[in-house]
Amino acid sequence: MASQNLQSVPAELSPEEQERERAGQAYFDRIIAEDSRIEPRDWMPEAYRKTLLRQVSQHAHSEIIGMQPEANWISRAPSLKRKAILMAKVQDEAGHGLYLYSAAETLGQSRDKMMQDLIDGKARYSSIFNYPAVTWADMGAIGWLVDGAAICNQVPLCRASYGPYGRAMVRICKEESFHQRQGFEILLELSNGTPAQKQMAQDAVNRWYAPALMMFGPPDDDSPNSKQSMAWNIKRFSNDELRSRFVGMMVEQVRVLGLTLPDPDVRFNEETKKWEHGPLDWNEFKDVLAGKGPCNAQRMERRRQAHEDGAWVREAAAAYAAKQAQKEHAA
Amino acid sequence: MSNPTETHSKETPWPLWEVFVRSSRGLSHVHAGSLHAPDAVMALRNARDLYTRRNEGVSIWVVPADAISSSDPDSKGSFFESPQGKDYRHATYYTKSEGVKHL
Repeated sequence: MASQNLQSVPAELSPEEQERERAGQAYFDRIIAEDSRIEPRDWMPEAYRKTLLRQVSQHAHSEIIGMQPEANWISRAPSLKRKAILMAKVQDEAGHGLYLYSAAETLGQSRDKMMQDLIDGKARYSSIFNYPAVTWADMGAIGWLVDGAAICNQVPLCRASYGPYGRAMVRICKEESFHQRQGFEILLELSNGTPAQKQMAQDAVNRWYAPALMMFGPPDDDSPNSKQSMAWNIKRFSNDELRSRFVGMMVEQVRVLGLTLPDPDVRFNEETKKWEHGPLDWNEFKDVLAGKGPCNAQRMERRRQAHEDGAWVREAAAAYAAKQAQKEHAA
Repeated sequence: MSNPTETHSKETPWPLWEVFVRSSRGLSHVHAGSLHAPDAVMALRNARDLYTRRNEGVSIWVVPADAISSSDPDSKGSFFESPQGKDYRHATYYTKSEGVKHL
């Protein structure tokens, strides 16, 4: 249920309000301690609401912007089958965006405001989508590495303490595994093709490997919000922990592909029992987030254009609905 | 939220609908999520595209979100108090019949 009541805390609280705040906080703390779920109309601390709203809306924006690198290849897919698969995948990304916008709305932000923030460049989305998809093999690498990293990140989010977010993630994760498998299959077919096709697959893996690892966010010692998110049971594992797990999975899978990871430093640390990877360029990560990635401007422009191009459709639908309602009223 | 006060858009926001999907014949409709649409017909079509892309349903209900009344979250304790402590409403309360067949 998406009932929304954005309760802003007034600067000065009456004794009764203070009492309600205290009771609310105690209730919230107990729910979190029991590892139960917070639902939209429950009392929650403003910081919890804000953190979630930021995370869930950014996540939604990422799904919507994430349609672009792949939609770009629909008209050039190598076969009708691949075209149909790619269209289904891009449609899924739209769906995932909509599930997440619905979840974010329950925190008291209107859908239109979120959309507008994205278009106005006020909202962030995952840095990964600001890299170009230059060859068909990138469709494989995006599915295998980018969706693979997303799944790794999202499976624990199914247990996020905020009910609507967890429920959206359950739905998304179910659908996402097709995305990763179809990407793997694209790479495998290329890898077993001509030497040039195999090289194309390897080049794509080389391009997407580091950006995919950076999807997990900054290293733990440089991720100030992580600790609080973990205390609130929004996040279940740290960025580095998830990244390490992901590297371990990729090491196995890249062998099946007959390709290699572009990282000579990947190793299993017997002491910590964790997978380690080579250094990542976090300055690049920050630059891309700050809007200086190779495709930031293009992605934003495309989103804006799509929104404007759709305006007449939205207007027509609204006009039709109003007319029908009037007719019904008159009848 | 169907009535935002922001002045960012001249377009009227579409109302929010709650979507219920019957996954197969014989089962009840279960809440799947929500969406925005200008009217019920569009809401149904959008719900089909959004919540049944993989044959998840054989029937869909859409309900205007503001038509739903719900219990007050702040009074959940007292509102649901009545069944508490009434374990005798469950079959598991009656242990003496354990081991007796077909009971």
